Amino acid sequence: MIKVKIEFLGGLDVISNKQREHKLIIDKEEGEATMKDVISAICEKIIADEKDIPVFIEDETVRPGILVLINDTDWELEDGENYVIESGDVFTFTSTLHGG
Amino acid sequence: MPVESKPEKKLKVTALCELCHGRKAVMKRPKNLQKLCKECFYKVFETEIHNTITDANLFQYGETVAIGASGGKDSTVLASIMKTLNERYNYGLKLVLLSIDEGIVGYRDDSLDTVKRNKIQYDMPLEIVSYKELYNWSMDEIVACSGMRNSCTYCGVLRRQALDRGAAKLNINHIVTGHNADDMAETVLMNILRGDTKRLEKSCSILTESADSPIKRSKPFKYTYQKEIVLYAHYKKLDYFSTECSYAPEAFRGTTRELLKALEANRPSIIMDIIYSGEHFELKRKKQTVSYKNKKKDETQINADGSISLNKDFTKANKCEKCGYLSSNKLCKACVLLGGLEANRAKITLDTDTSVEGAAKLTRTLEHLSF
Ligand code: SF4
Ligand SMILES: [Zn+2]
Ligand SMILES: [Zn+2]
Repeated sequence: MIKVKIEFLGGLDVISNKQREHKLIIDKEEGEATMKDVISAICEKIIADEKDIPVFIEDETVRPGILVLINDTDWELEDGENYVIESGDVFTFTSTLHGG
Repeated sequence: MPVESKPEKKLKVTALCELCHGRKAVMKRPKNLQKLCKECFYKVFETEIHNTITDANLFQYGETVAIGASGGKDSTVLASIMKTLNERYNYGLKLVLLSIDEGIVGYRDDSLDTVKRNKIQYDMPLEIVSYKELYNWSMDEIVACSGMRNSCTYCGVLRRQALDRGAAKLNINHIVTGHNADDMAETVLMNILRGDTKRLEKSCSILTESADSPIKRSKPFKYTYQKEIVLYAHYKKLDYFSTECSYAPEAFRGTTRELLKALEANRPSIIMDIIYSGEHFELKRKKQTVSYKNKKKDETQINADGSISLNKDFTKANKCEKCGYLSSNKLCKACVLLGGLEANRAKITLDTDTSVEGAAKLTRTLEHLSF
């Protein structure tokens, strides 16, 4: 079991009943799960209304315009979707599209 | 929350900052794909904006400048950066926060709380101008009366004038806004897509001084990527507000934004490239021709897309007859719009207390009904 923390910022909390922080448990052994598992777990367990999934996902990955940080580092520098997750990791998703 | 200590991962060499080569890189610049640590990112981000400001000669020493502040990420970062640069490089500016209260319950009232905190955090005076005070109409009332479809058209015209009036009241003739490179590319693209060549030519200027407004406006973030603004706000833990306005943003802008984001995902430099194209776009001057059409037009005409055309026949007067605001027409755009609304308000009897607050929701529900 891998325990991680999810944050929705920049207005993205609209997809999770306005709750910005979530704990998430991934049912795999350390070393076996990647960012991909986190993304699908978010869709299954956190997004309140199925209709909101397209706000988060496009073409099977995180929608362009949503900034993804893994422990405060841009996920582009951490292998993106292939990042191997560990317990205690913090994943931050920030919408850059909301508000000005 | 339990704090789990975990063994530090070994740093790969590729994970180091490409500027200082000492700290871990945390971000990749969309502009040039350079990987930077937090400290170097701050430095590069701030220095680039300083260079934009000095290259364009935006400010004069001693000038008082109003920061158009909405509580959103762009204007919050702008206020923070203006304060930082003003102190670091001794611009000698007096900075004031200028906010507009459109009168949108659940959106603007919350974001104004953010601005009020910013006032304290950045130690700047704050002036709030409200539509209700200025025009006797709040956006909620306007939407209740005319529907959501044109809300942004109304809002845009009213905001422009409200900012001017707020600045004039404070004796300020320069407003900086948080428009960033993504916004600018979006505007260029949008104007190309809908053939609005007249706006296209002007859409990239960093400083605008127009005959329609006594106040100059400038955009210190013209070359600053949205992604970097969001990262800067995040790493610096700036206090910003990010709830979407209750009224649907202009549909076409939304479509253009999606398109731009999709393009950017493949080619991050596209934002700069579009701005570059916009900057070099010049209209071929049309020859003055005598119009053979002899259509009799109304003084004003609201087009299908919600924009407004004014008949320019009596352009000599340069003040609005009704409110005195600068205008090349008899009535300024705001008065024309509001005049139309007043006529409507007389027709609709509103149970103001209950209906106005829920106007957004109600209208949205109504617009989804079909027959
Ligand atoms: S989204 Fe439209 S209605 Fe809402 S504040 Fe912006 S311009 Fe006004
Ligand atoms: Zn560095
Ligand atoms: Zn007027």
